[in-house]
Amino acid sequence: MIIDHPLLGPRDAQEFTYLGDASLINRPDWQSENALSEFHDYLYLRDNPAGEHRELWYHEQGDRSWLVVTRNTTTHEILNVELAHDVAKAAAAERSAQ
Amino acid sequence: MTNGNRLKGGLVDRNTSLNFRFDGNNYSGYQGDTLASALLANGVRLMGRSFKYHRPRGVLTAGSEEPNALVELRSGGRQEPNTRATVAELYDGLDANSQNRWPSLERDFMAINDRFSNFLTAGFYYKTFMWPKAFWEKLYEPIIRRAAGLGSLTGEHDPDLYDKGFLHCDLLVIGAGPAGLAAALTAGRAGAQVILAEEDFHMGGRLIAESGALADISGTDWVAQIQAELSGMGNVRLMPRTTVFGAYDHGIYGAVERNADHLAAPAEGKPRQTLWRIYSKRALIATGAIERPIAFENNDRPGIMLAGAVRAYVNRWASTPAQSVVVFANNDDAHQTARDLMAQEVEVPAIIDTRPDAPDVEGTEVLKGAEIVNTSGRLGLTSVQVRVSKGYTRDLHCEALAMSGGWNPNLGLTCHQRGRPVWNTDIHAFVPGEGLPVGQTVAGAAKGELTTDAALQGGAAAAVSALADLGITATQADLPAAQDAPVSLSPFWHVKDAKRAWLDFQNDVTVKDVKLAHQENFTSVEHLKRYTTLGMATDQGKTSNVGALAVMAELTGKSIPETGTTIFRPPYTPVAMGALAGRAVGKEFHPTRLTPSHKWAEEQGAVFVEVGNWLRAQWFPRKGETHWRQSVDREVLQTRNSVGVCDVTTLGKIDVQGADAAAFLNMMYANGFAKLPVGKVRYGLMLREDGVAYDDGTAARLAEDHFVVTTTTANAVLVYRNMEFVRQCLCPDMDVQLISTTEAWAQYAVAGPNSRKLLQKIVDPEFDISNEAFPFMACGEITVCGGLRARLFRISFSGELAYEIAVPTRYGDAMMRALMEAGEEFDVVPYGTEALGVMRIEKGHAAGNELNGTTTALNLGLGRMVSTKKDCIGNVLSRRDGMNAADALALVGLKPVNAKDTLPAGGHLMNMTGPIDAANDQGYVTSAAYSPILNTSIALGFVKGGFDRKGEQLRLVNPLEGQEIMVEIVSAHFVDPEGEKLRA
Repeated sequence: MIIDHPLLGPRDAQEFTYLGDASLINRPDWQSENALSEFHDYLYLRDNPAGEHRELWYHEQGDRSWLVVTRNTTTHEILNVELAHDVAKAAAAERSAQ
Repeated sequence: MTNGNRLKGGLVDRNTSLNFRFDGNNYSGYQGDTLASALLANGVRLMGRSFKYHRPRGVLTAGSEEPNALVELRSGGRQEPNTRATVAELYDGLDANSQNRWPSLERDFMAINDRFSNFLTAGFYYKTFMWPKAFWEKLYEPIIRRAAGLGSLTGEHDPDLYDKGFLHCDLLVIGAGPAGLAAALTAGRAGAQVILAEEDFHMGGRLIAESGALADISGTDWVAQIQAELSGMGNVRLMPRTTVFGAYDHGIYGAVERNADHLAAPAEGKPRQTLWRIYSKRALIATGAIERPIAFENNDRPGIMLAGAVRAYVNRWASTPAQSVVVFANNDDAHQTARDLMAQEVEVPAIIDTRPDAPDVEGTEVLKGAEIVNTSGRLGLTSVQVRVSKGYTRDLHCEALAMSGGWNPNLGLTCHQRGRPVWNTDIHAFVPGEGLPVGQTVAGAAKGELTTDAALQGGAAAAVSALADLGITATQADLPAAQDAPVSLSPFWHVKDAKRAWLDFQNDVTVKDVKLAHQENFTSVEHLKRYTTLGMATDQGKTSNVGALAVMAELTGKSIPETGTTIFRPPYTPVAMGALAGRAVGKEFHPTRLTPSHKWAEEQGAVFVEVGNWLRAQWFPRKGETHWRQSVDREVLQTRNSVGVCDVTTLGKIDVQGADAAAFLNMMYANGFAKLPVGKVRYGLMLREDGVAYDDGTAARLAEDHFVVTTTTANAVLVYRNMEFVRQCLCPDMDVQLISTTEAWAQYAVAGPNSRKLLQKIVDPEFDISNEAFPFMACGEITVCGGLRARLFRISFSGELAYEIAVPTRYGDAMMRALMEAGEEFDVVPYGTEALGVMRIEKGHAAGNELNGTTTALNLGLGRMVSTKKDCIGNVLSRRDGMNAADALALVGLKPVNAKDTLPAGGHLMNMTGPIDAANDQGYVTSAAYSPILNTSIALGFVKGGFDRKGEQLRLVNPLEGQEIMVEIVSAHFVDPEGEKLRA
């Protein structure tokens, strides 16, 4: 596969390591009342869709960026690639706005 | 032997005669021959034995789809089994042997299987070897294994080099027949980056195999002309002898280039084969078509070949399988075989055509509406029995038969991304359907367009359209006129009522086997394949799958497309393991990382151990030491009594900088770092998010906004990856940056009561490292040896007064030598990982054996380190009830009750009485060593509720070796439990 890195352009998937569902970015609040069950769900309950999937890839043999790659798991078509840092920053901004 | 079946013309160089051997007999051929063409020219039809029935077999095809003529090529380490004689390029001195026969190809003992063919039908193994059950392992399996397999390897090391490479192009053209050449020419002239890959050593495909494909120029001449033009283009890379074996995601193709398979051995330093990863923007499949046989009684005798293959041998290689050849077909295309043979004065007694309305052919008789009902000739065809339509049979003497049931587009690469072929009723064959790999198109015969004209025009048009996608304007190249006629086929798959009519030649699957599969309800294609092994041989059923489907369709009363399709997986043809491995063999299997003082350690005669990719000194044997324990004990004692130096460069080092560096480490580690003063080091424990202990190390604060973190050697890469994840994904607003500096610094542990005195000789005098100025857990940036920048950490893994000193990598070797020289007066000793391990066990420090992915901070006795006042990875889930049970495993020390006993690591702990089983398990031993200080074996381990069980005795059991040793639970800190030494 080829991943179109937002900073470096198209790179072979061999340069990356794979982590999994991009929902791992949305880590619960440790001080929340239901922290234990929220963390349980965060860590263990993931969707495993046949089709579009947002997932985390790490450019280990490159610039060490974590990327959020939107990929169709049945065709391997890559629909979008973002810097995970940007995604996380936006999510954090949204959380603090609430 | 003579070239009795050699004809006139052809693409063989008669000035270059080549000698070769087959089964110990000497033959000669010409440059340009394949092993198969040369054997045929020499009158050899028998080339192999079939897999199951050991039936005598000859060559069926003229290409890589060959199921029969598999040979062992070369000898010694270069021996290569199951090589298709049809693609083995002849070279002088080639040595080939037939396989799957004993004692000889003519007299094969295992041919007895053929007599028992009634029993050896499909499903034979499933039905026969079921009982008695006990016979399976001892009797059946060994017999089956011995009987299975085709060629053999010598087991010797392959002496050749295999390489890997990467290529990029706009258009990858796969196959250099008429379609591929027209496409490459069109794209090449448009200036696109083109790769033209052809599995054959000669470009041209059917153009060089047919006698009159083009109208005004010979196919061979046109190919030469185009090839010359393409060779002159800097933007076109011609790759003959290159098989594109797989289509992968996003336009990536795998290919093997056989750089030196056509030579006795590769030139010095040159690769035998190269594995290419080709990144293409567009790819054009121009892989042509594969002819299919007809199934009839005994259709597998040596001399029975595909009609197109016979033409290729006659026209390209100027060799005929025999002087008398009958043709059997259901189409016009095969009639050309008769014409080409007759043009070379080979006798064609008749053409047997299944179509009642078949056209006539000048010079021979066409038996219309006729079928072959049987053949004769044990080791080679002698005659065929023809059922003429009027209802009587006739014998025709002949030594070869050219058969054709039509052509199947060569779909392999179109299916590799789950593309499903569709049935085309015009040519009665599957053609590429939906779901082609991204960027892939198909042209020519591979698309089902079976004439030369369609291939030329289609190839050029496909190139124009592929390049248009890329914004490159191309105009269709001027192409010669073609004169071949359509195939004109009327479907005919098998002669009815045949007892043994082969469909899959390589795996010995007959029409009867398909009938049996149907009878037993294995009617789906996938079941049919697995039940009969159809198409599961090394040829992937290239010549057999469609025929078998047709038979099954007939039996089920369905159409062929209703019955199913057949798809292919990579690799298109077998790929040598050597090519896949490339240079990653032996010591180069993975990269080897050496520390800067590796050479020094080698000079000392160090014994090395692999730790991940690193080589670390394990111990340093001295003269007279005959056992590793002697060296290790000495290194421990000398360190504990005076001073020792250990290379700890391999530990992971991560530089953490930024205003939020301390906050970031608070997030990474279970324990807090916010209050760590500048100039101090702290031990840190990392958890996984699930609360299990992950890694440990130290963090040294060099400035308010600057930490240096260490990780274990094994986890250096993973911890760094995880820290980047936390930084980018979980703490995106923190002002912090990370960089791995593992390779930037060489680091040495200097341990023992004399370590300070030694370092004072090295450290520049303006830096005070006295106990008062530089106490336990101090750190600082210093200079050594008169100005060299260095970092000093007063940390101890051994439990002694100890330091770790880091210098820039390029000074590592010099530093080690300087430490040894300065330490001479203290009798300094270098120590390896074994002594390091012994001393950390004596001190009760956890390492990888204890942080084993199942243990928590609580288990390790570090439960209190997990701060409840701050967030950190793993904090919340480490509070789960199950991880905090009252009788949780606890890290303890263990010593034998009988001091002479040796404690084995990995043993389990049981109470003194009661059964020895999992239900009564009290824990297990993680690390064990002989302590030269205590003169006894000691161990660390986990015991249920162990912190409160000190003094209790347990049984350490090792049921594997029948061991049972009495041990006592003690403190894990065997040496200096109060830590007086490290603060001295």
